[in-house]
Amino acid sequence: MRRRERLWRRLAGPQNRNLWFWVFVGPFALGLVVFTYVPLGWSVYLSFFDAHNTVSPTDFVGFDNYTSMLRNDAFTDSLWTFVVFTAFIVPTTFVLSLSLALMVNRMRRAQAFLRSVFFLPAACSYVVAALIWKMSIFNGVRFGLANTVLGWFGAEQTAWLSTTDPPWYWLVIVTVRLWLQAGFYMILFLAGLQRISPTLYEAAAVDGARPGWQVLRHITLPQLRTTSVAVTLLLVINAFQAFDEFYNLLSDARGYPPYARPPLVYLYYTALGQGQNLGLGSAGAVLLALIIAVVAIGQARWFGLGRKED
Amino acid sequence: MTIDRRTVLASGAALGLLTACGSNTGRDGDGSDGKGPKLSQWYHQYGEAGTEQAVKRYAEAYDKADVSVQWRPGNYDEQTAAALLTKSGPDVFEVNGPTLDQIQGGQVLDLTDLLDGVKDDFNQAVLAPKTYDGRNWAIPQVVDMQLLYYRKSLLADAGRTPPTSLDELVDTAKELTTKKVKGLFLGNDGGAGALGGTPLYAAGLSLVTDEGEVGFDDPAAARALAQLRALYEDRSLLLGAPSDWSDPSAFTQGLTAMQWSGLWALPAVEKALGDDFGVAAFPAAAPGAEPAVPVGAYGSAVSARSAHKQEAKDFVRWLWVEKTGYQRDFALSYGFHIPARLSLAKKADVLTEGPAADAVRFSTGHGYAEPLLWTPASRVAYQDALSRIIKSGANPESELRSVVRKVSAELDRVKKKSS
Repeated sequence: MRRRERLWRRLAGPQNRNLWFWVFVGPFALGLVVFTYVPLGWSVYLSFFDAHNTVSPTDFVGFDNYTSMLRNDAFTDSLWTFVVFTAFIVPTTFVLSLSLALMVNRMRRAQAFLRSVFFLPAACSYVVAALIWKMSIFNGVRFGLANTVLGWFGAEQTAWLSTTDPPWYWLVIVTVRLWLQAGFYMILFLAGLQRISPTLYEAAAVDGARPGWQVLRHITLPQLRTTSVAVTLLLVINAFQAFDEFYNLLSDARGYPPYARPPLVYLYYTALGQGQNLGLGSAGAVLLALIIAVVAIGQARWFGLGRKED
Repeated sequence: MTIDRRTVLASGAALGLLTACGSNTGRDGDGSDGKGPKLSQWYHQYGEAGTEQAVKRYAEAYDKADVSVQWRPGNYDEQTAAALLTKSGPDVFEVNGPTLDQIQGGQVLDLTDLLDGVKDDFNQAVLAPKTYDGRNWAIPQVVDMQLLYYRKSLLADAGRTPPTSLDELVDTAKELTTKKVKGLFLGNDGGAGALGGTPLYAAGLSLVTDEGEVGFDDPAAARALAQLRALYEDRSLLLGAPSDWSDPSAFTQGLTAMQWSGLWALPAVEKALGDDFGVAAFPAAAPGAEPAVPVGAYGSAVSARSAHKQEAKDFVRWLWVEKTGYQRDFALSYGFHIPARLSLAKKADVLTEGPAADAVRFSTGHGYAEPLLWTPASRVAYQDALSRIIKSGANPESELRSVVRKVSAELDRVKKKSS
């Protein structure tokens, strides 16, 4: 009996700390295992089976799903879509949010107001924003906002989301994301800017540094290095997760056009749409996860993330 | 007992956990009101007012089970496909299919016996894609079709008549295009989704032959699809309309002179334009070929995971085989559809005159239904190619060659599964 008590005390920890830890963390840990790790493991399992319309398949096919996914033009095209999107959205959001932060940081009046104004779109749902962009601003008829404005200058109406040459749909996709996320990253940069000691700027001024580009290049940007690394990493991860605005801007009841189809949208249609090819979709998900892991590790090494001097 | 902060928080956490673990699918066990077992019936969201109330009224009138209707907006086909993998899905559901993979995967029940004695009274064109291995896997509810709406006055002003060939359609659309009005609306994707296989059937071809081979491995297919590119290049197509092809708004608001849409849109068009419109089939796309219109039907199916399989089948028999009054009401009182039963369609007065009568004539004379062997993977491959041909000017021959390869592989896969 005493032994059991001792064991219980040891497990519960001093002042029942272990017990309370698991009371509060346990449900979330359980949720993580049940809703994330088990499906992940199941997905890897499914990727080796012919799993049409079933999650408990019996036909083992080895790496067939992987090879057919890699030979699939639609999948490789979707990876290119992602590369193009990332190559554009990451630097533009970075520059825009940094510029906004620098501007707001310098303002003496209405700083709090402008900070809120720029941050507010971050609270808007991607789905709602995409629908506003699609139906009100960039619809292809004469009473769409963009076409109305262009019409004042005599321009013809443009089908923004249906024109592939030039690919105007990118303008719609990129602007909606910029509007939604620039304010959030601006807040991160603002926090970074407000952490920089004013004495550094004073010392630079004493040394004869010209305010403006010289101070920005030699004082502000180096001091923002850790914030910049974090922002870039978050931007790339967010770009990988692109789904909502693409899906809501470009899909219709009959499917999704072959252009601007990011990997998550393609995999959604393969595995969860009417296709219900859960084996092939899982193989694509595993491949995508591997690509994301390689890119994330490469990026971390490139930026020296986690190095001692950081 | 002293209640401290930790006790309160721990109790809250425990309660939350218990609540999260609970589940209520709303259908297990016996009905509490003595009507028998609980059944869950799913419908996709119809746009026509009154349809939801009508199906709930039918369900309420059934006295052998407690049927709860779920009216599901959004991507219904994808929702049901995913729900069929779980036990919390529907017992009875309407389906734009079922697909061959759903049948081969044992996800839906064989309903052949429900059609005993009445099979010949159902429209055979829409019953065929619900038949596999000689057995029926869904009971057609109503027949829907797509067709071309045109504005009589605009055609008359331009001195044109309704197009009878694809060449004429291209010319007419170009002629009718002005700065404010486009000639033709085939959907915001330029027709890839809405038209599907229609241009191929209008060229005398098919998606899949009766022998189960690719039905469009023919130069006529590339020629027909190249004509759709001509419409796009001529800037005759309306693109980027606020609502897509299935909604007649673009046509009724005067954004386009002609629109590809469904029979369901006819009452709204009639209300907006009176008799200033007519309907036509998709015109012949090759010399000697016939026009084409796609026909299809949502069918009522029973999930193989239902806890009350026989009761669910009995309900389907009652509603979609025996209660012909409800079937007539469902087809004609709200939206505008052709009853799936030939005897009911014949008796429907509203289908005997004007554009509605023309539509019925097209459906019987030129209607085709997508074959069961045309799987979602084949459809996506074909639609992608069609989109590239129309919008990007991709070479129709090479695009179709690639589609033929993919569809052949897909046909081999499903045939292997059935053997």
